[in-house]
Amino acid sequence: MAKIGLKALRHSYHPNPQAEADWALRRIDLDWDDGGAYALLGPSGCGKTTLLNIISGLVVPTEGRVLFDERDVTALPPDQRHIAQVFQFPVIYDTMSVYDNLAFPLRNRGVAEDRVDARVREIAEMLELSDMLKTRAAGLAADSKQKISLGRGLVRDDVNVIMFDEPLTVIDPHLKWKLRSKLKELHQKVRVTMIYVTHDQTEALTFADQVVVMQEGEIVQIGSPVELFERPAHTFVGHFIGSPGMNVLPCEVRDGGAFFRGHHVQVGEGVGHTSGARRLEIGVRPEYVSFAESGIPAAVVKVADAGRHRIVELSADGSRIHLLAPAGGAIPEGAVHVRFDPARTRVYADGWLAGREDAR
Amino acid sequence: MKTENQKGWFFILPVMLLVAFNALVPLMTVVNYSVQETFGNNVFFWHGVGWFEDVLHSERFHAALGRQLLFTGTILAIEVPLGVAIALAMPKKGPWVPVCLVLMALPLLIPWNVVGAMWNIFALPDIGLLGRMINGMGIDYNMTQQPWAAWFTVILMDVWHWTSLVVLLAYAGLIAIPDAYYQAAKIDGAGPWAVFRHIQLPKMKKVLTIAVLLRFMDSFMIYTEPFVLTGGGPGNSTTFLSIDLVKIALGQFDLGPAAAMSLIYFVITLLVSWVFYTVMTRDEAQ
Repeated sequence: MAKIGLKALRHSYHPNPQAEADWALRRIDLDWDDGGAYALLGPSGCGKTTLLNIISGLVVPTEGRVLFDERDVTALPPDQRHIAQVFQFPVIYDTMSVYDNLAFPLRNRGVAEDRVDARVREIAEMLELSDMLKTRAAGLAADSKQKISLGRGLVRDDVNVIMFDEPLTVIDPHLKWKLRSKLKELHQKVRVTMIYVTHDQTEALTFADQVVVMQEGEIVQIGSPVELFERPAHTFVGHFIGSPGMNVLPCEVRDGGAFFRGHHVQVGEGVGHTSGARRLEIGVRPEYVSFAESGIPAAVVKVADAGRHRIVELSADGSRIHLLAPAGGAIPEGAVHVRFDPARTRVYADGWLAGREDAR
Repeated sequence: MKTENQKGWFFILPVMLLVAFNALVPLMTVVNYSVQETFGNNVFFWHGVGWFEDVLHSERFHAALGRQLLFTGTILAIEVPLGVAIALAMPKKGPWVPVCLVLMALPLLIPWNVVGAMWNIFALPDIGLLGRMINGMGIDYNMTQQPWAAWFTVILMDVWHWTSLVVLLAYAGLIAIPDAYYQAAKIDGAGPWAVFRHIQLPKMKKVLTIAVLLRFMDSFMIYTEPFVLTGGGPGNSTTFLSIDLVKIALGQFDLGPAAAMSLIYFVITLLVSWVFYTVMTRDEAQ
């Protein structure tokens, strides 16, 4: 087990990167504690898999260093980093039984057979694979195969970090939930540092203690699931996390107040330093928008039923606002007024939370 | 809604007709010859299974079958491992891939009788490059006189001509393996042998089954190349089944025994192919 440090990482798949767009990873600085559960969250192509491969040693970064427990491992190949990885598509050794699959990493390292047996049985028990140890791995369902891939990491006791690269992609929806909670449970039991890469916010938020949100090769926010939800540091985070995402509305700032289409909007943390910003926006989650007697005038466009609540789509002077209304309650029609919860409404300058230098 | 009728048969009727004309009808003429005796003038007499008994007890047939099995066994034992080895050594990406593929495919594009003629000249002890070279090394080599030299040349020619097929099939199997497998093996600490044994070989198994089957059938029925190269000689030393069959059917015009022999030949090929296939796909059936 190890603490992981990424220092000034940059990576490009071009041999001679010039423009900013040539970099798959623009600049990454990160410190992860030993035994934590982390998620890398971002849309496809944001660089999260590249970052994962750099940590595992499959890709050597163009610039920067990777530290495991303060030791520089940037130049080490994967097998010398003592890591384990679960891939998007289950990797199993077709010709072997489940038992031999789990024993494979230990046997390759010359571990004594009685020790192998003990470890394999212990891990199989943990993963609920005990009753299929003698079965050939090839014929199993995808979720069992993913458990075997994970098990090959868990049997080793030299593992610094276990990495998951979108491991639930090929799992049936009803098993996804089961396997996800199994992963969480396993992490609490074995306390190995785990890094989970995904573009699915539910997976990231349920698995990780800390989520790293990435966009276009950059980290936009690191935080607990609650922080990401309650206080997005960037409009991208607000938009990417939550369903529907945060409302982002154009605004102007004057006399120390924020105005949306001429209506004053109270904001919780003040307007901050917005001078020089080219683009000013208000961010408020649909959860914190409500109907009111007075406030911002809007018109109801559409109501969608989402089970526990209803998603109301409003139009306010050309801007679209989402509002979450509880199921069952009456929804006014036609011209209405809405208000934003001041404590949850923030100003964003050029996408970033205004007035907070540390937000970046 | 499901209606029960026999209309479906109409759809396969064209195929049945086609198969009938290109396979069943010619085969039936052979069956017809194999159970009859003729003395010319299109007059036939019933001979029962007499020809089959004759062929099965004939030493000449046994000898040809023995040579055939030895030849097929030898080229399979060389071409399959060699083909896999070359496929493993070929680049997986980059500008050399098409170059390698074209070079590999070249021998497969040469007509069979040309291959025989090429190697015939190539192996001539006085003017052939190969023949001159071997003799130059102090080894007495003359394909037209020494059975071992004839065998050596026939096998070398077949390896040259057909290993490419195994290479291309094995290569197709290899490049279909996702990178994640190699990465996982690296992380699991597997050495090159373990990677070959537990990843590459199992993933190549399906294409290798096809390769072995194709090479078995083709080499078991080989005719043109050895016929052009050695004519079955010296003596009968490279007279394989099909060469012998043609000698009996067209050389001696013994249509009955030749028909019986071709049917036995056909059944052996079918049987061995079936055994190969069953054994090689046994695991999946379980």
